[in-house]
Amino acid sequence: MSDEQRMRRRHGSLEASVLGFLQESEGPRTPAEVRTWLNEEGDGALAYTTVVTVLSRLQEKGLLDRVRTGRSYAYLAVTDEARLTARRLRSLLDHGPDRESVLAHFVGDLPAGDAALLRRLVESAPDETGRR
Amino acid sequence: MRFAVYLPIAMPLVAAVAARPIAEHLRPRTAAWMVTAAALVLAVASLGALGLLAAAGLAQLPALAAMKGYPIRLVQHEDPASLSLGALAAVLLAAAVGNGLHAGARRLVALLDVMDRAAGLDAPGQVVVLDDGSCDAYAVPGLPGRIVVSRAMLEALRPEERVALIAHERAHLQRWHVAFVGVTRCAAAANPFLRPLQRTVEYAVERWADELAADVTGDRRRTAVAIAKAALARDGRSSAAPIASLGIAGAASAAGQGGPVPRRVAALLAPPVRSHPAALLLAVVGLLVAVGCAAEGARDLHALFLMVGLLH
Repeated sequence: MSDEQRMRRRHGSLEASVLGFLQESEGPRTPAEVRTWLNEEGDGALAYTTVVTVLSRLQEKGLLDRVRTGRSYAYLAVTDEARLTARRLRSLLDHGPDRESVLAHFVGDLPAGDAALLRRLVESAPDETGRR
Repeated sequence: MRFAVYLPIAMPLVAAVAARPIAEHLRPRTAAWMVTAAALVLAVASLGALGLLAAAGLAQLPALAAMKGYPIRLVQHEDPASLSLGALAAVLLAAAVGNGLHAGARRLVALLDVMDRAAGLDAPGQVVVLDDGSCDAYAVPGLPGRIVVSRAMLEALRPEERVALIAHERAHLQRWHVAFVGVTRCAAAANPFLRPLQRTVEYAVERWADELAADVTGDRRRTAVAIAKAALARDGRSSAAPIASLGIAGAASAAGQGGPVPRRVAALLAPPVRSHPAALLLAVVGLLVAVGCAAEGARDLHALFLMVGLLH
């Protein structure tokens, strides 16, 4: 394993424990508070910048929100149900053609020419009898 | 058995050509059941025929005949398969069984995974409204299943059209259409000549759900418009371009050459299809011949095994 790979794996597990901590926390936490908790958990003496990097990466992924506190930011886990649902469904669709094929779409993709055909069909259909 | 053994191998070719025209003259629900059953039986029968050829060919291996103590000439007299044909059949059989099982296993894993994920979604009334900028609607199978609709799709439709969309997806879930498609997909994986039957079933379950949606809305035209508008909205070219009107007859006949969506819309704009007696008869006869082939193959294989002493 190269140093870079080791670094990345370490960041992966750090992200998971930081996210877990913030999900358990009530309200936003500053990077300093997160760092104190991590170091108490026995993750060694982590640099402040490392913690800030992990937090901002989680925020970029849409898993954390941040609020301004004074001159820096405090972070909190996203608990918005709608956003989590959307993300979960996206992962359903992004997992390859097998899963996609199990879902029953209302309408499939239109081949070239079908859009014009559809418009023509609907326009020429006997119109509704006055009710809207 | 000289000719009968080749019948199950030829039948899928006939079914591949006949399935769609016959299905178009059946009620969608009947078509889905019939064609799914035909695909399943034909897949099994053609595997059985390959097995029979393989067994008959391999029974002529001198070493096997010597070990079991039956005269090779007896097998050669009874069976059309040469040793090389038997070997070819054995290879094809292994590939067909492998492909069929692989397709089935992959689909089952995908289905269970999707059901598991869907179970975790918070969905009052089974419906999940997605506000993520996409324009889509689909049913996620499960116990109970979920219906996912994006906000953009809802906004593209009028209230009665939304009812049609939800009713269509609910029909897919309630009638377990995923199983019809799954069975025919496995059959087509085992025997690629059955692929047209898979497409026929996939189309038939859409039509089936469309008809049930039209029953719920009580308005075939509004249901047809819902499908057309949803497809155009998803396509992203929903701005109505001025098109010379062909009249309903012209447009409906043009739709026959289009893809599945225009065909579904045209079918809903036309009166409901009743199963044509001739189509029903052809479908039933075809199914019976397929079952007969499978049974005949099984009987022959049993007789062969008896002869060479593998069974008592």
